[in-house]
Amino acid sequence: MATQHSRSAARLMMAPAVILLLGWMLVPLTMTLYFSFKKFLPLRGDSLGNGLEWVGLENYSRFVGSSSFWPSVQATLIIVGSVLVITVVLGTLLALLLDQPMWGQGIVRILVITPFFVMPTVSGLVWKNMFMDPINGILAHLFKFFGAQPLEWLSQASMQSIIMIVSWQWLPFATLILLTAIQSLDSEQLEASEMDGAPVLKRFWHIILPHMSRAITVVILIQTIFLLSIFAEIFVTTAGAFGTKTLTYLIFQRVLESQNVGLGSAGGVYAIILANIVAIFLMRIVGKNLDR
Amino acid sequence: MARAVTNTRKTVNTVIAWSIGLLIFFPILWTILTSFKTEAQAINDPPLFLFFDWTLENYAAVQERSNYMRFLWNSIIIAGGSTLLGVIIAVPAAWSMAFVPSKRTKDILLWMLSTKMLPAVGVLYPIYLIFIQLGLLDTRVGLVVVLMLINMPIIVWMLYTYFREIPVEILEASRMDGASLRDEILYVLAPMALPGIASTVLLNFILAWNEAFWTLNLTAAKAAPLTAFIASYSSPEGLFFAKLSAASTMAIAPILLLGWFSQKQLVRGLTFGAVK
Repeated sequence: MATQHSRSAARLMMAPAVILLLGWMLVPLTMTLYFSFKKFLPLRGDSLGNGLEWVGLENYSRFVGSSSFWPSVQATLIIVGSVLVITVVLGTLLALLLDQPMWGQGIVRILVITPFFVMPTVSGLVWKNMFMDPINGILAHLFKFFGAQPLEWLSQASMQSIIMIVSWQWLPFATLILLTAIQSLDSEQLEASEMDGAPVLKRFWHIILPHMSRAITVVILIQTIFLLSIFAEIFVTTAGAFGTKTLTYLIFQRVLESQNVGLGSAGGVYAIILANIVAIFLMRIVGKNLDR
Repeated sequence: MARAVTNTRKTVNTVIAWSIGLLIFFPILWTILTSFKTEAQAINDPPLFLFFDWTLENYAAVQERSNYMRFLWNSIIIAGGSTLLGVIIAVPAAWSMAFVPSKRTKDILLWMLSTKMLPAVGVLYPIYLIFIQLGLLDTRVGLVVVLMLINMPIIVWMLYTYFREIPVEILEASRMDGASLRDEILYVLAPMALPGIASTVLLNFILAWNEAFWTLNLTAAKAAPLTAFIASYSSPEGLFFAKLSAASTMAIAPILLLGWFSQKQLVRGLTFGAVK
């Protein structure tokens, strides 16, 4: 069907997007790679113009050797993993609930979707101050009401707090995608199994869940992309203290706060490698699952 | 649906769903309520829900401290500009992928999505240097370009999935009926493609509006959008819950209203066209 002519036209139409993205990927990446082999401390007078001193793999070994490296990888994986589990599990339950007949379904859907519109800096600050503040926060009031000692959320339960904030932001997304998937389920099939007397749990396990697998894949893929690079939520709450320093945040501190570009760049290369490991893993699943 | 649902069951569903919905919405509701309290009332023990002296003083105070309109305008330009530019570049690309697919189409799509996984922080300093060189630091143009690039994979991907739903047979039929290329685009393709494009624009506008890595790191005074406007409240200055709430409400109100009114298209867009 496609002629030679339309093929070259297609290539031409694709070119701007492909070239721009290729440039966006390659140029900064090459520079990061270059800096990672150099001593580059702008505040001490190092600059591209003066020429940078080649230090080989020193930045790489120093970055891994620093005591904050492994904890930051761990923090990253814990946050991403926990938020994925929480949003997928709660999102599934919520989607099942919202699929039931009820009054005011449209309004409930709007209520549930709203956190998705809130910018990360706002949700970080609102949770930090108005909910997690150990004296005046809502959660402190709640704890006192039940006679418990209010928690200093962001220092005593820092990871849990960050996970809670980020999960709140992403639950709407997971819920809506999963709800869309459930609603497309053939109701006759469900009714048939209901008449056969299949118990609720069995129905969920054998009919609903398999049907949702593709949607769950999409949720995991897209959320992982965004979760690997969460920044603002940590920036405005703990600023990386109390064990919440993710790899992203650690590199940010090296580059912008301590102005050690060489070291930060080596960290950047590690982050890119970590992201690629996750990406390859995900792309495998998605590539398979998106074939129709 | 033929299933008979008893009113009792419907009532139970309604109560549970509304409770959970309100619980999820509560932080936003609480922020909006607090923005109308005085600072003293904002930290009253026990917390005050509706019965307090409603006031607008916090909004005035926030406006006095930082010029809201300038941040708002920056947000609109940056989110709108990057989305429009992205769609203009992505439509032809997605179009050709959907209608003239080759063996490599899927690889290109997956590659595009994988660029989205490159951690931004890994290339922060190079971008910073390039921006200084080109005089783009703290300019709206610079952010429009960066946000356009980071959202491009998602725009292409979404448009591709929408375009693929348009049956090729219709195009061929209209061609056989003697429709000119102009007619074909105007009367056959556009009506079918527009809902998908609208969903894409909406979702990406929201993503760009809320983007908070590049907007925080590449702006200072001039081009700072609302994400930066609110980040300036991260250092506590005594009693400030009510003012923080007012600033937060101001930052999210435009996008909240947009999201609520376009909910239907948005839900479609949210699934990135990948779930039906």
